[in-house]
Amino acid sequence: MLSAVPISWFLTLSAVLFALGVAGFLFRRNIITVFMSIELMLNAVNLSFVTFSYHYKSVDGHLFTFFVMVVAAAEAAVGLAIILTVFKNRGTLNIDDVDSMKN
Amino acid sequence: MQLWLIPILPLAGFLINGILGRRFSKSLVNAVAIGSVVLSFLWVLKTLLALGALQEPHLEHYFTWIQSGDLVVNCDFMVDRLTAVFLLVVTGVGLLIHIYATGYMAHEGGYYRFFAYLNLFMFFMLVLVLGASYLLLFVGWEGVGLCSYLLIGFYFDKKFATDAGNKAFIVNRIGDFGFSLAMFLIFRNFQSLEFSQVFTKASSAQEWVLTTIGLLLMVGACGKSAQIPLYVWLPDAMAGPTPVSALIHAATMVTAGVYMTARSNVIYNHAPGAASVIAIIGVATAFLAATIGITQNDIKKVFAYSTVSQLGYMFVGIGSGAYAAGVWHVVTHAFFKALLFLGAGSVIHALGGEQDLRNMGGLRKKTPITFWTMCCAWVAISGVPPFAGFYSKDAILAAAYEHSPAIYWVGVITAGITAFYVSRAMFLAFFGEPRGHHHPHESPPVMWIPLAILGVLSLAGGFLFNIPEYLRDIFPPIHEADNPALVYISVAIGFAGIALAYLMYVARPGMADSLANALKAPYQLIYNKYFVDELYDATVVKPLVGGSRLVLWKGVDAGLIDGTVNGVGARARDVGSVLRLLQSGNIRSYAAWVLFGGVALIVMMGLAGGIR
Amino acid sequence: MDVILFLVFALIAVVCAINVVVQTHPISSALSLVGVMGSLAVLYLLLGAEFIAAAQVIVYAGAIMVLFIFVIMLLNAGAETRKGRSYMVQLLGVPLLIAFLGLAAFFVQRMYGDEAVTFGLFQKGGPKEIGQALFTTYLLPFEVTSLLILVAIVGAIVLARKEFD
Repeated sequence: MLSAVPISWFLTLSAVLFALGVAGFLFRRNIITVFMSIELMLNAVNLSFVTFSYHYKSVDGHLFTFFVMVVAAAEAAVGLAIILTVFKNRGTLNIDDVDSMKN
Repeated sequence: MQLWLIPILPLAGFLINGILGRRFSKSLVNAVAIGSVVLSFLWVLKTLLALGALQEPHLEHYFTWIQSGDLVVNCDFMVDRLTAVFLLVVTGVGLLIHIYATGYMAHEGGYYRFFAYLNLFMFFMLVLVLGASYLLLFVGWEGVGLCSYLLIGFYFDKKFATDAGNKAFIVNRIGDFGFSLAMFLIFRNFQSLEFSQVFTKASSAQEWVLTTIGLLLMVGACGKSAQIPLYVWLPDAMAGPTPVSALIHAATMVTAGVYMTARSNVIYNHAPGAASVIAIIGVATAFLAATIGITQNDIKKVFAYSTVSQLGYMFVGIGSGAYAAGVWHVVTHAFFKALLFLGAGSVIHALGGEQDLRNMGGLRKKTPITFWTMCCAWVAISGVPPFAGFYSKDAILAAAYEHSPAIYWVGVITAGITAFYVSRAMFLAFFGEPRGHHHPHESPPVMWIPLAILGVLSLAGGFLFNIPEYLRDIFPPIHEADNPALVYISVAIGFAGIALAYLMYVARPGMADSLANALKAPYQLIYNKYFVDELYDATVVKPLVGGSRLVLWKGVDAGLIDGTVNGVGARARDVGSVLRLLQSGNIRSYAAWVLFGGVALIVMMGLAGGIR
Repeated sequence: MDVILFLVFALIAVVCAINVVVQTHPISSALSLVGVMGSLAVLYLLLGAEFIAAAQVIVYAGAIMVLFIFVIMLLNAGAETRKGRSYMVQLLGVPLLIAFLGLAAFFVQRMYGDEAVTFGLFQKGGPKEIGQALFTTYLLPFEVTSLLILVAIVGAIVLARKEFD
């Protein structure tokens, strides 16, 4: 039995969460779920930051995490506003139906 | 001393008149244009009085203009005695011509535009003489070229005027090309473009370098000061209004080449070969232009060729090492040639636009003030002692004799021809019976007062302003054998020219025509200006146009450049038609591509960085 | 003790994350995401990041997720309708994903294998240290962030408002 958690476990967990976020982003069709997958990826990256901060015995990683949170909050506000507008104009949340970038 | 005020004042005048002049009344335009030049002139006087004897150059540093590696160009103005002479000539003669122009241009369209350009010219000319480095001099040099172009083409609705403007501009480009190369060489060898540093280092440089620089500078001077082989633009430049001819194409701008070469005297002192080339070019130009001047019938063309010829004299002085004599001639020439042009303008004004000497005559009684003031210029340019032209021309010829007697003799003969053609113009215009159907009237005071002032200066300028003595520190006097015979010869030849002209055009009026008929072949050759324009057209312009049309337009532009551009466009279209298949419009497929790219990037980074 | 704590909360996080991806109803996904964030907060504490752990709960799990749920309720979003699902993706994607993760774990293990996390060893994650760094070294990014938030607020209002007459 290990007495302390190896740092690599944290990083592996971060990779797993990130991969799940990517998978959700790619597989899901509901625009809100896709958006939540992005949040999941951001969280995975935050975990890496904090872990590396521990590794380097420095507070800088925490600050990056802090900034990521701020950006995520701003992004959530704007992104959800966009979702509202899209829904208002098109009546759907399925991103496969939102394809006006084609031609 | 706030030297910057000197050029800035005319610039302010230019901006005010150029931007707001359309709404101004004529008197307000006059007030701005003349006021700015008056203030500039007064500031020059005040500065020079305050600076006193000016034994040492007075330098003012304003800011660093260009800093790039080793190249540092400061925006510095400098006044030494040479600059002082030019400052006084430019602002003084410029002021008189501004005043004159208010009368001459009174009935012309584009009044404010004319004075705005004239003020802009003053600005650039003052920058040219004040600049303390070759590059700043070049700024003024190009600026006056621009103003010259704008003012030659002032009557832009006339084809010949715009053509003449283009010709002046293009021919000057050739000269500027030489000047630019000279500046590159100077920087390459002396690591600076500041006059003080260049001249300090120049005295220890290799001779061939200095000779090359000197010759390239001379190419620039040939363009600006209308010397062989680039003189062809100046006669055509007479398409501009007469005050412009007087100010830019006689008194100031065309002497910029003389100023520049005199300023570079250290280089020429150490490069005797280049100096000799200058002297030879100068004397050849002087002679050739003088002979063309005999046959011209347009009064302004006569004086234009006379200007080319007199500029040749100045370069003889420079090339002979008598820089002070050359500069002296610049000053006296500015007086009498500006006077001749302004007088010619007054005559043209009196005759309602007539420029052909054959349609003039008998104006002595009708326009007495113009006649008498022009007589001052006449005796001055003919070298009659003790008037202005006699002193400077004699100083140049004496120096030329020391340099090479051959140049001296050609110069003396040219002096005779000069006296002859100016006398011819005077006799044809003012003596005999009126030949045209005009009703001449004397010009208004605003025009003849500048004439009178210039007349006094033409008469007394020689002994009043002893330029060589003033410039003694900058240009040490060269050793000259005291040879009074030289003086007697040139004076005698001058009188002979006047007498011959009197004989041919007053005493026996038919003689000139019969002589022209007798010497038909040479007369035609000279009358057509040695066919130089035609020669240039056939050897330079036509091949260039043809070559450009065939090679550059059809070959390079249409074939290579258009082909390349169109080809690139077509290939991009082809690639795009393949890549557009990726543009499904499906957001998730885009995201998958992003992921694919990200993974590829990580793999590449891992391979490049070496995974531990 | 640390190991057990880590294993428990890591498990919760992974399960919740899988739930986020596989649930068809957005509300279920959102609630699962809250679970991920909460367990991550515990892991942050384990790493000595007290301030970040608190911010994670307050900002992420609190504010942002509430916003999500609010929007889901507002739009009355129903379960996802599936059309023509691609088995190719699952057949190829899932093994690839697992292979990729295995590779990542392997290299991470090789790079950081000998270092372990001991609770309480890292003492610089408190509000004092964060604040100090934020207002000295990271002052400019901090101020720029405030601007970003302002822009986001304005943008959100402009996007979501009803058209003015």
